[in-house]
Parts: sequence; C-alpha cells; structure tokens
Amino acid sequence: MSLKLMKGCEAIAEAAIQAGCRYFFGYPITPQNDIPEYMSARMPQVGGCFLQSESELAAINMVYGAGGAGARVMTSSSSPGISLKQEGISTCAAAEIPCVIVNMMRGGPGLGNIQASQGDYFQAVKGGGHGDYHAVVYAPSSIQETVDLMPKAFDVADEYRTPVIILADGLIGQMMEPVELKENPNPVLPEKPWAATGYDPNGKKPRAVLNSLYIETEDLDVLVDRLHARYEVIQKKEKMVELYNTEDAEFILCAYGTVARVCKAAVRLLGEQGVKVGLVRPITLWPFPSEAVHDAAAQKSVKAALTVEMSDGQLLEDIRLAVNGDKPVEFMGKAGSIIPTAEEVAERIMKMRRA
Amino acid sequence: MATIFKRTSVLTDVPFHYCPGCGHGIVHRMVAEVIEELGIRNKTAGVAPVGCAVFAYNYFDVDMYEAAHGRAPAVATGYKRVHPENIVFTYQGDGDLASIGTAEIVQAAHRGEKITTIFINNAIYGMTGGQMAPTTLVGQKTTTSPLGRSKEHCGEPIRMAEMLATINGAAYIERTALNSTANIIRTKAAIKKAFETQIAGKGFSMVEVLSPCPTNWGKSPAESMDWIAENMIPYYPLGVMKEA
Ligand SMILES: Cc1ncc(C[n+]2csc(CCOP(=O)(O)OP(=O)(O)O)c2C)c(N)n1
Ligand code: SF4
Repeated sequence: MSLKLMKGCEAIAEAAIQAGCRYFFGYPITPQNDIPEYMSARMPQVGGCFLQSESELAAINMVYGAGGAGARVMTSSSSPGISLKQEGISTCAAAEIPCVIVNMMRGGPGLGNIQASQGDYFQAVKGGGHGDYHAVVYAPSSIQETVDLMPKAFDVADEYRTPVIILADGLIGQMMEPVELKENPNPVLPEKPWAATGYDPNGKKPRAVLNSLYIETEDLDVLVDRLHARYEVIQKKEKMVELYNTEDAEFILCAYGTVARVCKAAVRLLGEQGVKVGLVRPITLWPFPSEAVHDAAAQKSVKAALTVEMSDGQLLEDIRLAVNGDKPVEFMGKAGSIIPTAEEVAERIMKMRRA
Repeated sequence: MATIFKRTSVLTDVPFHYCPGCGHGIVHRMVAEVIEELGIRNKTAGVAPVGCAVFAYNYFDVDMYEAAHGRAPAVATGYKRVHPENIVFTYQGDGDLASIGTAEIVQAAHRGEKITTIFINNAIYGMTGGQMAPTTLVGQKTTTSPLGRSKEHCGEPIRMAEMLATINGAAYIERTALNSTANIIRTKAAIKKAFETQIAGKGFSMVEVLSPCPTNWGKSPAESMDWIAENMIPYYPLGVMKEA
C-alpha cells in the first residue's frame, strides 16, 4: 500500500467508490466541483452511474430514488446547494433511505464566498430540514481521515437506514495531501429486503413502500418512535472523538475539522512555552461526544475551555451543554472564512492564563 | 357464465378515498390494468405525488415511492438508473407537475429519461381546497382567484403536453380526456402506448389526462364531464403531440 498525493475532493470520491458507492447525483458548485467531475469519469469505469442533475433539489430526490432502490448512493454540494437539499434530506430521514451527503462548507450566509467556513454546523447537526430527525454527521480534519471515514459513513447509513452527512470544508476539498487509499474492488454490501427492487405478489419479495407521509397521528407516532429508538442506539454506539494531549491540561481547546488542525499546532506552540493545553476534537458532530468533552474539560487541572470555530458560536452551544457549567467555556471565532492562526489561538490562551 | 369485467389484481383491496365523480379513480384503474396486461407488475415501481393522489402507494399493488411535492420525476430517475431493466411511472397532478415540479418534469424529458408520467390536469389544486393552478382557465373561479383567473394578473394556462413535445428526449406525448366513454377508452390506449414506449427504451413518455374535480369545481359529476368538453378541450386540444 503506497501513499498518493491527492486533492481532497478526488480522494473522497474515490473512497466512496471503494466503499461500494455506484450512484452519484449532483450539481456543480464551488468548492466541490472536483467531486462530480471525478465521478463523471470514474463511475462508468466501475459500472456505476454519474448523473448531473438540474439542481440540488433534483439531486437529493434522485438520491431518494436510487437509495430506495437499494443502491449505495451519494451526492455532494457546498453550503447554498445543501440548503436546497434540506427538503429531500428530511424526506430521506423519514422514508428511512440510506445515503451519504458531502458538504464542502463555504462562507455564508447567502451566496457568501467560496472559501472554507464552518457556518453550516447548526444546519447539519440540528436537523436543517423540517421536522424531528437527525442525520449522522462526520467532521473529518484531514484528507486521510475523510477517506478512512467513507466506508464507515456508508455502513452506518445502511445499518440505521439514515442519511449521513460528511461535513468538511472548502480547504479539505481543495488541498492536496498524501493519502493511503485501500482498494476494495468487490465491496460486500448488506442485503436490503425493504428496497424497491421488484415485487413478487406470490410472497417471495414483499412490496416496497417508501414513504414519508403518515396522515394518521397514530401512524406517524409509530415512525417517530422507531426513529427515536434508532437515534438512541446511534448515540450509544457511534460517537467518535479525538483527545489530544488532554490529560492534566491547564486549558482545553474544543474544535473540529480544519480548525482542529490549527488548534493542534497551537497546543504544540504552547507546549514549547511550558503551557499544557489539550484539544478535544469531535469527529462525529451528531451524535455529539458530550461525555468525552465534559470529562476532558471538567478535569481538576483545567482552568477553562476555549471553543475555536469558523462560525459565530455554533459549536460553542454544544460544548457548553456538554461542560454543563462545570468550567468556564470561552469562545474564539467568527462567521465567514478567516482561518484563525495557531499563534492567535496561543495568544488567546496566554491571555486567559493571565486573567 | 362468462366473466366480461373483473377488477385488476394490480390494485390493492384498499378503497379509494377520492370524491364521487373524481377522475383519479378512473385513471388509477386504467394504469393498473395496463401494468397487468403488459405483464410488468413484478418489475414496476410507481412514484406518487403530493396532491389528491398522494395515497396512490396504498392503491397500486407494485413497489411504490411517495415523493415530495413536484419531485416525482427526479425520484423516478434515481430508481430507473439503478434498475434500467425495470419500469417506473410517476403519477402527478397539475400543481405537482406544472407548478412546483416544472424543473423536474422538463429536465426528465430533456434527458430522455426512460420513465412514464401520468399527468392529471384538473385545472385546480384539489387537495389543498381548490386554489388556482397554472392550468386554471382564464375566468375560472378558484379559492385564490375568486373573481376568475385574470390573464393580465397571472397569465394564461400552461400547456404542458405541447411544451414537453418540443423536447427531443420526449418520445411519446399525448393529451386525452375522461369526459366520455370513447375518450376514456382512448386514454387507456394512450397509457398503454406510453408504457410500451418505455419498455422499448425510446425515451420519456407522458399522457396528460383532462380530468374532473367536481368537489372544487362546485359541479355535479355529470356537469363536470360537460365542463371538460365545453371549456377544457377547446383550450387543451386532445391528441398525440409527439411520437418518436
Ligand atoms: C412543498 C410543499 N408545498 C405545498 C404543499 C401543499 N400542497 C399539497 S397538495 C397541493 C396541490 C396539489 O394539487 P395538484 O397537483 O393539482 O393535485 P390534485 O390535488 O388536484 O390532484 C399543495 C400545494 C406541500 N405538500 N408541499
Ligand atoms: S378534491 Fe377533486 S381531485 Fe381531489 S379527490 Fe376530490 S374530486 Fe378528486
């Protein structure tokens, strides 16, 4: 197995194919165009199908059709396009359609810009579309990690019959890093007896009905109870977090994705100055690794936590809920696409230390 | 005794919820009969719309999806790309297809998507209580055009069959009506032709059916049939618009 220098978007697309994804529907938007472009060339080589849809709205509904038909299917977009997909994501959650949605976040609100940002945290983690539902949200912080998470994303989508979101940002999509891609020419996919693959009225294959409408209150109650029970299992089993240098730290940084890499550099900088700082990096944003965040921040040695994000206090809310008032949680971040530097983060910690 | 008519097995036993005199039930039966006659039941999937036919997944005894409002052609596309050897149809009203879902239907035709669409044009939004549709006739009173649709205010009704027939990917487009026995028989033949077009892999096919909504037109079932003949057919001419 060798390392290959790859652009994030292309590595993600190839990793999806290696995970058994054979259908991709999407609409161009910067900074994720390399995903559909790569898929358009690759899918025919593996007997799959790439289709450029007329809109993100159509793309997510094609995902509904293909996922409901039993296929491993993916769509990708960036912030404004992800907004358009929300109706469909809510539909897929209710109709219990496994699918993977990649969001290479860019600056917002509105058309914003085309640089990296983390402004879609609430949208991804707190629902985004209407109604009570969750999507599992992975927030990788390197291209290698994104690639490693892809098979997991598809497996989790299939196991729980749920949409899964890869919440990355324009930086991860556009930069190049050496990656190791595991080849998997014949991925073994789970059976999907519920899928629309054809129907045998004489009993062998029951009729598939893929639906998000439950007009009788009692019927909708059965669905939401089933989803709720599933979400509880996901919360028990699927949380992922990285703890970096947290033991006996004086301060705890909390960050995800690209910003977490900056924070790691800050941890090292501060370490050189004799200040022990740790980093808690949620890898799943939903389910949120609250216990790990709490335990790291609530240690006796810790004076305070600092949430660093490229958004205006979104991750902050979940960190504060997790820490539950046991330690002060400060905030460093802003909307848009200005990436904080390690020096700025270190400086802020030094300031907190003097306070 | 010879059986001269029996219920098609491609409809479930669930009673239709449609109003007396509604066109949806007639078209459901004919679509189901065609699926049975063509012997494609085991490999057919249907996509129900948002509109009065929203519960179509309870009635057609084949694999079924329920799509969000207007999105049925995109859902059918996803299905068809995964199972190109199977047959898929969408069943849509005029709010679903000619208003909120225009992009999806035009682009499905434009791609030459090998799907079949059954389009129920009743010149009104049935399910939400009789609001104006893009197909509402000029002068027609609805709950959101209480004085009658005004051409100056919101244009003239859209002719979807003619519009889609201009698209190369559309292989078969016909408009029919339910106002007489002869026209009902023609509608069934058109539905069959549309499915055969898909089976032959020729491209997109659609049958637009002029269909009564007595409840929201404020007419009896019989008056509604006359209203189709007198008011709808002159504006929406019947016939094959495209046959590739
Ligand atoms: C996104 C969205 N917007 C609006 C509605 C409300 N709605 C339900 S049915 C309908 C109109 C359906 O009319 P039509 O397609 O003509 O079908 P009909 O009921 O006449 O058969 C509307 C607007 C909805 N369910 N979803
Ligand atoms: S409201 Fe109109 S379209 Fe709806 S079921 Fe009644 S008659 Fe049919």
